[in-house]
Amino acid sequence: MFTSNLFSELSASISPSIMQGYIVLMVLLVMGGTILDMMHKKSAQYFFENAKKASKSAKRTVGAGEKASLAASVLVNEVLTSGEFSNPRRRLSHLLTMYGTVIFVVTTAIMILCYPTPATPTPALLPQLWHLGALMLAVGGYWFWLFIRVDVSAEGLPWFRFERADLFILSLLATSTFALIWSFTGGGLTVFFALFVLSSTVLFGGVYWSKFAHMFFKPAAAFQKRIIMADGSRENLPPEYDLTDPEVQRKFPDIPMYMGKNPPNMGLCIKAERAKHY
Amino acid sequence: MPTFVYMTRCDGCGECVDICPSDIMHIDKKLRRAYNIEPNMCWECYSCVKACPHQAIDVRGYADFAPLGHSVRVLRDEEKGTIAWRIKFRNGKKDMELLAPITTKPWGKHIPKLAELPAPSKEMRDSQLLFNEPKYIRMDDGGLHTLQSNGLEIKEGVQY
Repeated sequence: MFTSNLFSELSASISPSIMQGYIVLMVLLVMGGTILDMMHKKSAQYFFENAKKASKSAKRTVGAGEKASLAASVLVNEVLTSGEFSNPRRRLSHLLTMYGTVIFVVTTAIMILCYPTPATPTPALLPQLWHLGALMLAVGGYWFWLFIRVDVSAEGLPWFRFERADLFILSLLATSTFALIWSFTGGGLTVFFALFVLSSTVLFGGVYWSKFAHMFFKPAAAFQKRIIMADGSRENLPPEYDLTDPEVQRKFPDIPMYMGKNPPNMGLCIKAERAKHY
Repeated sequence: MPTFVYMTRCDGCGECVDICPSDIMHIDKKLRRAYNIEPNMCWECYSCVKACPHQAIDVRGYADFAPLGHSVRVLRDEEKGTIAWRIKFRNGKKDMELLAPITTKPWGKHIPKLAELPAPSKEMRDSQLLFNEPKYIRMDDGGLHTLQSNGLEIKEGVQY
Protein backbone atom coordinates (compact mmCIF):
# COMPACT_ATOMS: atom_id res chain seq x y z
CA MET A 1 0.00 0.00 0.00
CA PHE A 2 2.75 2.45 0.92
CA THR A 3 4.85 1.63 -2.13
CA SER A 4 2.27 1.81 -4.92
CA ASN A 5 1.40 4.91 -6.93
CA LEU A 6 -2.34 5.32 -6.29
CA PHE A 7 -2.65 7.84 -9.13
CA SER A 8 -1.25 5.52 -11.78
CA GLU A 9 -3.66 2.81 -10.59
CA LEU A 10 -6.45 5.39 -10.90
CA SER A 11 -5.52 5.99 -14.55
CA ALA A 12 -7.79 3.02 -15.44
CA SER A 13 -10.77 5.10 -14.32
CA ILE A 14 -9.62 8.68 -14.94
CA SER A 15 -7.49 9.74 -17.86
CA PRO A 16 -3.97 10.84 -16.81
CA SER A 17 -4.38 13.98 -18.89
CA ILE A 18 -7.35 15.00 -16.68
CA MET A 19 -5.26 14.50 -13.55
CA GLN A 20 -2.37 16.45 -15.10
CA GLY A 21 -4.78 19.20 -16.16
CA TYR A 22 -6.03 19.35 -12.56
CA ILE A 23 -2.46 19.91 -11.31
CA VAL A 24 -1.95 22.75 -13.82
CA LEU A 25 -5.32 24.24 -12.86
CA MET A 26 -4.38 24.19 -9.15
CA VAL A 27 -1.06 25.94 -9.88
CA LEU A 28 -2.94 28.62 -11.84
CA LEU A 29 -5.49 29.00 -9.04
CA VAL A 30 -2.71 29.51 -6.46
CA MET A 31 -1.01 32.11 -8.68
CA GLY A 32 -4.28 33.92 -9.41
CA GLY A 33 -5.40 33.78 -5.77
CA THR A 34 -2.09 35.15 -4.54
CA ILE A 35 -2.18 38.05 -7.02
CA LEU A 36 -5.80 38.87 -6.14
CA ASP A 37 -5.01 38.62 -2.42
CA MET A 38 -2.03 40.96 -2.89
CA MET A 39 -4.16 43.47 -4.82
CA HIS A 40 -7.06 43.31 -2.35
CA LYS A 41 -5.05 43.61 0.86
CA LYS A 42 -2.53 45.97 -0.77
CA SER A 43 0.08 44.04 1.16
CA ALA A 44 2.82 44.52 -1.44
CA GLN A 45 2.06 48.24 -1.63
CA TYR A 46 2.19 48.52 2.18
CA PHE A 47 5.38 46.50 2.25
CA PHE A 48 7.20 48.75 -0.22
CA GLU A 49 5.88 51.98 1.30
CA ASN A 50 6.93 50.81 4.74
CA ALA A 51 10.38 49.86 3.48
CA LYS A 52 10.74 53.28 1.85
CA LYS A 53 9.67 55.03 5.05
CA ALA A 54 12.12 52.96 7.11
CA SER A 55 14.99 53.70 4.73
CA LYS A 56 14.57 57.43 5.42
CA SER A 57 15.71 56.95 9.00
CA ALA A 58 18.51 54.55 8.04
CA LYS A 59 21.84 55.34 9.65
CA ARG A 60 23.95 53.41 7.18
CA THR A 61 23.67 51.79 3.77
CA VAL A 62 23.47 48.02 3.62
CA GLY A 63 25.68 46.73 0.80
CA ALA A 64 24.79 44.02 -1.70
CA GLY A 65 27.07 41.48 0.02
CA GLU A 66 25.50 42.12 3.40
CA LYS A 67 22.02 41.90 1.86
CA ALA A 68 22.93 38.52 0.39
CA SER A 69 24.14 37.34 3.78
CA LEU A 70 20.90 38.60 5.40
CA ALA A 71 18.90 36.77 2.73
CA ALA A 72 20.85 33.58 3.48
CA SER A 73 20.17 34.07 7.16
CA VAL A 74 16.42 34.50 6.47
CA LEU A 75 16.50 31.33 4.39
CA VAL A 76 18.13 29.33 7.19
CA ASN A 77 16.37 30.83 10.21
CA GLU A 78 12.91 31.84 9.03
CA VAL A 79 12.17 29.85 5.89
CA LEU A 80 13.79 26.48 6.57
CA THR A 81 13.50 26.29 10.36
CA SER A 82 10.54 28.64 11.16
CA GLY A 83 12.71 30.60 13.62
CA GLU A 84 10.21 33.46 13.80
CA PHE A 85 8.10 31.50 16.27
CA SER A 86 9.16 32.09 19.84
CA ASN A 87 6.93 29.25 21.06
CA PRO A 88 8.84 25.96 20.49
CA ARG A 89 5.65 23.89 20.25
CA ARG A 90 4.28 26.19 17.59
CA ARG A 91 7.58 26.08 15.74
CA LEU A 92 7.69 22.29 15.73
CA SER A 93 4.06 22.03 14.64
CA HIS A 94 4.70 24.56 11.86
CA LEU A 95 7.78 22.64 10.69
CA LEU A 96 5.83 19.36 10.58
CA THR A 97 2.95 21.00 8.70
CA MET A 98 5.19 22.93 6.32
CA TYR A 99 7.52 20.09 5.35
CA GLY A 100 4.59 17.66 5.29
CA THR A 101 2.74 19.91 2.83
CA VAL A 102 5.78 20.42 0.62
CA ILE A 103 6.63 16.71 0.49
CA PHE A 104 2.98 15.72 -0.05
CA VAL A 105 2.27 18.28 -2.80
CA VAL A 106 5.57 17.78 -4.65
CA THR A 107 5.34 13.96 -4.63
CA THR A 108 1.70 14.15 -5.78
CA ALA A 109 2.71 16.37 -8.71
CA ILE A 110 5.71 14.16 -9.63
CA MET A 111 3.66 10.97 -9.50
CA ILE A 112 0.87 12.41 -11.65
CA LEU A 113 3.10 14.21 -14.15
CA CYS A 114 6.00 11.75 -14.49
CA TYR A 115 4.50 8.37 -13.64
CA PRO A 116 0.86 8.69 -14.79
CA THR A 117 0.23 5.03 -15.77
CA PRO A 118 1.40 1.58 -14.64
CA ALA A 119 3.39 1.48 -17.92
CA THR A 120 5.93 3.82 -16.32
CA PRO A 121 6.79 2.12 -12.98
CA THR A 122 6.99 4.53 -10.04
CA PRO A 123 10.06 4.36 -7.75
CA ALA A 124 8.89 2.97 -4.37
CA LEU A 125 10.37 6.00 -2.60
CA LEU A 126 7.79 8.42 -4.08
CA PRO A 127 4.63 6.79 -2.64
CA GLN A 128 6.46 6.31 0.66
CA LEU A 129 7.31 10.02 0.75
CA TRP A 130 3.71 10.85 -0.25
CA HIS A 131 2.38 8.94 2.78
CA LEU A 132 5.05 10.38 5.06
CA GLY A 133 4.22 13.93 3.91
CA ALA A 134 0.49 13.41 4.46
CA LEU A 135 1.16 11.93 7.89
CA MET A 136 3.48 14.78 8.93
CA LEU A 137 0.89 17.28 7.74
CA ALA A 138 -1.87 15.54 9.68
CA VAL A 139 0.19 15.22 12.90
CA GLY A 140 1.43 18.84 12.83
CA GLY A 141 -1.94 20.15 11.68
CA TYR A 142 -4.11 18.36 14.26
CA TRP A 143 -1.65 19.25 17.03
CA PHE A 144 -1.96 22.88 15.98
CA TRP A 145 -5.74 22.78 15.52
CA LEU A 146 -6.56 21.05 18.80
CA PHE A 147 -3.96 22.45 21.20
CA ILE A 148 -1.68 25.21 19.88
CA ARG A 149 -4.05 27.43 17.88
CA VAL A 150 -4.31 30.77 19.62
CA ASP A 151 -8.10 30.57 19.91
CA VAL A 152 -7.77 27.38 21.94
CA SER A 153 -4.54 28.07 23.84
CA ALA A 154 -4.99 31.76 24.69
CA GLU A 155 -8.62 32.67 24.11
CA GLY A 156 -9.95 29.51 25.76
CA LEU A 157 -12.41 28.78 22.96
CA PRO A 158 -13.44 25.20 22.11
CA TRP A 159 -11.51 23.47 19.32
CA PHE A 160 -14.61 22.99 17.16
CA ARG A 161 -15.31 26.71 16.84
CA PHE A 162 -13.94 27.99 13.56
CA GLU A 163 -13.91 31.13 11.41
CA ARG A 164 -13.17 31.90 7.81
CA ALA A 165 -9.54 32.51 8.80
CA ASP A 166 -9.31 28.77 9.50
CA LEU A 167 -10.04 27.86 5.89
CA PHE A 168 -6.36 27.22 5.18
CA ILE A 169 -5.60 24.91 8.08
CA LEU A 170 -8.93 23.10 7.83
CA SER A 171 -8.57 22.47 4.10
CA LEU A 172 -5.00 21.28 4.69
CA LEU A 173 -6.19 18.90 7.40
CA ALA A 174 -9.05 17.64 5.27
CA THR A 175 -6.73 17.09 2.28
CA SER A 176 -4.19 15.05 4.25
CA THR A 177 -6.85 13.13 6.20
CA PHE A 178 -8.90 12.13 3.14
CA ALA A 179 -5.72 11.32 1.21
CA LEU A 180 -4.60 8.93 3.94
CA ILE A 181 -8.06 7.35 4.31
CA TRP A 182 -8.27 7.00 0.52
CA SER A 183 -4.93 5.19 0.53
CA PHE A 184 -5.75 2.97 3.55
CA THR A 185 -9.04 1.93 1.94
CA GLY A 186 -7.20 0.75 -1.17
CA GLY A 187 -7.42 3.80 -3.47
CA GLY A 188 -9.56 3.79 -6.58
CA LEU A 189 -12.56 5.88 -7.49
CA THR A 190 -14.25 6.07 -4.08
CA VAL A 191 -16.05 8.65 -1.97
CA PHE A 192 -12.77 9.31 -0.10
CA PHE A 193 -11.08 10.18 -3.39
CA ALA A 194 -13.90 12.61 -4.13
CA LEU A 195 -13.48 14.20 -0.68
CA PHE A 196 -9.69 14.34 -1.19
CA VAL A 197 -10.16 16.18 -4.51
CA LEU A 198 -12.80 18.48 -3.03
CA SER A 199 -10.64 19.47 -0.03
CA SER A 200 -7.54 20.04 -2.16
CA THR A 201 -9.61 22.15 -4.57
CA VAL A 202 -10.77 24.26 -1.62
CA LEU A 203 -7.15 24.48 -0.39
CA PHE A 204 -5.70 25.70 -3.69
CA GLY A 205 -8.79 27.49 -4.96
CA GLY A 206 -9.42 29.36 -1.70
CA VAL A 207 -6.10 31.23 -1.61
CA TYR A 208 -7.90 34.58 -1.93
CA TRP A 209 -9.92 33.91 1.24
CA SER A 210 -7.40 31.90 3.21
CA LYS A 211 -3.94 32.34 4.74
CA PHE A 212 -2.31 30.32 1.96
CA ALA A 213 -0.46 33.31 0.51
CA HIS A 214 1.41 33.91 3.79
CA MET A 215 4.11 31.53 2.63
CA PHE A 216 5.04 33.99 -0.12
CA PHE A 217 4.90 37.14 2.07
CA LYS A 218 6.57 35.88 5.22
CA PRO A 219 10.11 35.53 3.83
CA ALA A 220 9.94 39.05 2.36
CA ALA A 221 8.71 40.48 5.67
CA ALA A 222 11.43 38.61 7.59
CA PHE A 223 14.08 39.94 5.20
CA GLN A 224 12.79 43.50 5.67
CA LYS A 225 12.93 43.06 9.46
CA ARG A 226 16.58 42.14 9.22
CA ILE A 227 17.33 45.02 6.85
CA ILE A 228 15.92 47.62 9.28
CA MET A 229 18.07 46.20 12.04
CA ALA A 230 21.17 46.23 9.84
CA ASP A 231 20.74 49.78 8.50
CA GLY A 232 20.08 51.21 11.98
CA SER A 233 16.55 52.49 11.28
CA ARG A 234 15.08 49.77 13.56
CA GLU A 235 11.51 51.04 12.97
CA ASN A 236 12.12 53.45 15.84
CA LEU A 237 12.89 50.63 18.27
CA PRO A 238 15.42 51.48 20.99
CA PRO A 239 18.95 50.17 20.52
CA GLU A 240 20.20 47.01 22.19
CA TYR A 241 22.44 48.33 24.90
CA ASP A 242 25.57 46.70 26.27
CA LEU A 243 25.09 47.18 30.00
CA THR A 244 28.81 46.91 30.71
CA ASP A 245 29.63 49.79 28.36
CA PRO A 246 30.78 52.79 30.50
CA GLU A 247 29.08 55.16 28.05
CA VAL A 248 25.72 53.38 28.55
CA GLN A 249 26.27 53.42 32.32
CA ARG A 250 27.01 57.15 32.21
CA LYS A 251 23.90 57.85 30.14
CA PHE A 252 21.64 55.68 32.30
CA PRO A 253 23.02 55.83 35.87
CA ASP A 254 20.13 53.67 37.17
CA ILE A 255 21.78 50.66 35.57
CA PRO A 256 25.06 50.61 37.54
CA MET A 257 23.29 51.94 40.65
CA TYR A 258 20.72 49.14 40.85
CA MET A 259 22.29 46.36 38.79
CA GLY A 260 26.00 46.83 39.32
CA LYS A 261 28.68 47.53 36.74
CA ASN A 262 28.61 44.02 35.36
CA PRO A 263 25.00 42.78 35.63
CA PRO A 264 24.52 38.98 35.60
CA ASN A 265 22.26 37.09 33.21
CA MET A 266 18.83 37.59 34.74
CA GLY A 267 17.24 34.43 33.32
CA LEU A 268 14.16 33.82 31.18
CA CYS A 269 11.48 35.77 33.07
CA ILE A 270 8.19 35.45 31.19
CA LYS A 271 9.72 32.89 28.84
CA ALA A 272 10.47 30.51 31.70
CA GLU A 273 7.05 28.88 31.60
CA ARG A 274 3.90 28.93 29.48
CA ALA A 275 0.78 30.72 30.62
CA LYS A 276 -1.65 28.27 32.20
CA HIS A 277 -4.88 30.20 32.23
CA TYR A 278 -7.02 27.54 30.62
CA MET B 1 -1.38 55.71 26.64
CA PRO B 2 -3.53 52.76 25.47
CA THR B 3 -1.89 50.04 23.46
CA PHE B 4 -2.28 49.14 19.82
CA VAL B 5 -0.91 46.35 17.63
CA TYR B 6 1.13 46.48 14.45
CA MET B 7 -0.80 43.81 12.57
CA THR B 8 2.08 43.10 10.22
CA ARG B 9 4.46 42.32 13.08
CA CYS B 10 2.03 40.28 15.18
CA ASP B 11 2.11 36.53 14.61
CA GLY B 12 -0.93 35.77 16.76
CA CYS B 13 0.94 33.89 19.47
CA GLY B 14 -1.50 35.00 22.20
CA GLU B 15 1.07 36.12 24.82
CA CYS B 16 -0.74 39.47 25.17
CA VAL B 17 -4.12 37.75 25.47
CA ASP B 18 -2.73 35.65 28.31
CA ILE B 19 -1.14 38.50 30.20
CA CYS B 20 -3.67 41.35 29.87
CA PRO B 21 -5.16 41.99 33.33
CA SER B 22 -8.08 43.89 31.78
CA ASP B 23 -8.88 41.07 29.36
CA ILE B 24 -9.03 43.52 26.49
CA MET B 25 -6.28 42.06 24.29
CA HIS B 26 -7.92 39.54 22.00
CA ILE B 27 -7.44 37.82 18.68
CA ASP B 28 -9.17 39.19 15.61
CA LYS B 29 -11.56 36.54 14.31
CA LYS B 30 -10.74 37.09 10.66
CA LEU B 31 -7.07 38.01 10.66
CA ARG B 32 -5.91 35.91 13.64
CA ARG B 33 -3.88 38.82 14.94
CA ALA B 34 -4.10 40.48 18.33
CA TYR B 35 -5.84 43.80 18.89
CA ASN B 36 -6.98 45.96 21.76
CA ILE B 37 -10.75 45.54 21.79
CA GLU B 38 -11.41 48.43 24.18
CA PRO B 39 -8.62 51.04 24.30
CA ASN B 40 -10.51 53.27 26.74
CA MET B 41 -10.56 50.43 29.25
CA CYS B 42 -6.79 49.94 29.02
CA TRP B 43 -5.09 50.31 32.42
CA GLU B 44 -1.90 51.25 30.62
CA CYS B 45 0.03 48.64 32.60
CA TYR B 46 2.04 47.83 29.44
CA SER B 47 2.14 44.13 30.35
CA CYS B 48 1.30 43.24 26.74
CA VAL B 49 3.84 45.71 25.35
CA LYS B 50 6.55 44.14 27.45
CA ALA B 51 5.38 40.56 26.87
CA CYS B 52 5.15 40.70 23.08
CA PRO B 53 8.06 38.66 21.67
CA HIS B 54 7.93 40.53 18.34
CA GLN B 55 7.65 44.12 19.60
CA ALA B 56 4.34 44.25 17.75
CA ILE B 57 2.52 46.22 20.47
CA ASP B 58 3.11 49.88 21.11
CA VAL B 59 1.37 52.67 22.90
CA ARG B 60 -0.16 55.87 21.65
CA GLY B 61 1.20 58.76 23.69
CA TYR B 62 -1.19 61.46 24.80
CA ALA B 63 -1.11 64.53 22.60
CA ASP B 64 0.20 66.81 25.36
CA PHE B 65 3.52 65.05 25.65
CA ALA B 66 3.87 63.49 22.22
CA PRO B 67 1.87 65.08 19.39
CA LEU B 68 0.27 62.93 16.70
CA GLY B 69 2.70 61.22 14.40
CA HIS B 70 4.97 60.25 17.26
CA SER B 71 6.28 56.84 18.07
CA VAL B 72 6.65 55.21 21.50
CA ARG B 73 8.46 51.92 21.19
CA VAL B 74 9.78 49.45 23.69
CA LEU B 75 12.31 46.65 23.76
CA ARG B 76 12.31 44.23 26.66
CA ASP B 77 15.33 42.03 27.30
CA GLU B 78 14.67 39.35 29.90
CA GLU B 79 18.22 38.09 30.09
CA LYS B 80 19.67 41.55 30.65
CA GLY B 81 16.78 42.38 32.96
CA THR B 82 16.21 45.74 31.30
CA ILE B 83 13.52 47.56 29.43
CA ALA B 84 14.36 50.24 26.88
CA TRP B 85 11.97 52.88 25.57
CA ARG B 86 12.32 55.21 22.67
CA ILE B 87 10.01 58.18 22.25
CA LYS B 88 10.29 59.99 18.95
CA PHE B 89 8.34 63.09 18.00
CA ARG B 90 6.94 63.52 14.55
CA ASN B 91 9.50 66.17 13.67
CA GLY B 92 12.18 63.51 14.17
CA LYS B 93 14.28 65.89 16.26
CA LYS B 94 12.95 65.09 19.71
CA ASP B 95 14.20 61.56 20.10
CA MET B 96 14.41 60.29 23.68
CA GLU B 97 15.84 57.01 24.84
CA LEU B 98 15.23 55.52 28.27
CA LEU B 99 16.72 52.42 29.82
CA ALA B 100 15.66 51.00 33.16
CA PRO B 101 16.17 47.80 35.13
CA ILE B 102 13.11 45.54 35.36
CA THR B 103 14.76 43.50 38.02
CA THR B 104 17.99 43.77 39.96
CA LYS B 105 18.17 40.09 40.85
CA PRO B 106 17.80 37.03 38.59
CA TRP B 107 14.18 36.04 37.89
CA GLY B 108 12.71 33.41 40.18
CA LYS B 109 15.44 33.82 42.80
CA HIS B 110 15.14 35.74 46.04
CA ILE B 111 11.36 35.29 46.21
CA PRO B 112 10.18 36.57 49.60
CA LYS B 113 9.12 33.67 51.80
CA LEU B 114 6.02 35.33 53.15
CA ALA B 115 4.66 32.08 54.59
CA GLU B 116 7.58 31.98 56.98
CA LEU B 117 6.94 35.47 58.31
CA PRO B 118 5.05 35.86 61.60
CA ALA B 119 1.32 36.46 61.24
CA PRO B 120 0.24 40.08 61.70
CA SER B 121 -0.99 41.04 65.16
CA LYS B 122 -4.51 42.32 65.80
CA GLU B 123 -3.13 45.81 66.14
CA MET B 124 -1.50 45.55 62.71
CA ARG B 125 -4.69 44.18 61.15
CA ASP B 126 -6.74 47.05 62.54
CA SER B 127 -4.21 49.62 61.35
CA GLN B 128 -4.68 51.76 58.24
CA LEU B 129 -1.23 50.75 57.06
CA LEU B 130 -0.69 48.03 54.47
CA PHE B 131 1.78 45.13 54.69
CA ASN B 132 5.28 46.34 55.51
CA GLU B 133 4.28 49.98 55.61
CA PRO B 134 5.86 52.30 56.53
CA LYS B 135 9.09 50.38 55.74
CA TYR B 136 8.31 49.73 52.06
CA ILE B 137 7.46 53.35 51.33
CA ARG B 138 10.47 54.42 53.41
CA MET B 139 8.34 56.47 55.81
CA ASP B 140 10.43 55.10 58.68
CA ASP B 141 13.48 56.78 57.22
CA GLY B 142 12.74 60.43 57.89
CA GLY B 143 9.28 60.71 56.34
CA LEU B 144 8.09 60.33 52.75
CA HIS B 145 10.89 60.72 50.23
CA THR B 146 10.36 63.52 47.75
CA LEU B 147 12.52 65.14 45.12
CA GLN B 148 12.95 68.07 47.49
CA SER B 149 13.94 65.95 50.48
CA ASN B 150 16.52 64.22 48.30
CA GLY B 151 17.93 67.51 47.04
CA LEU B 152 16.62 66.93 43.50
CA GLU B 153 14.65 69.08 41.13
CA ILE B 154 12.75 68.31 37.92
CA LYS B 155 14.83 68.91 34.82
CA GLU B 156 13.81 68.54 31.22
CA GLY B 157 14.66 65.13 29.86
CA VAL B 158 15.56 63.63 33.23
CA GLN B 159 13.36 60.96 34.69
CA TYR B 160 13.28 60.09 38.37
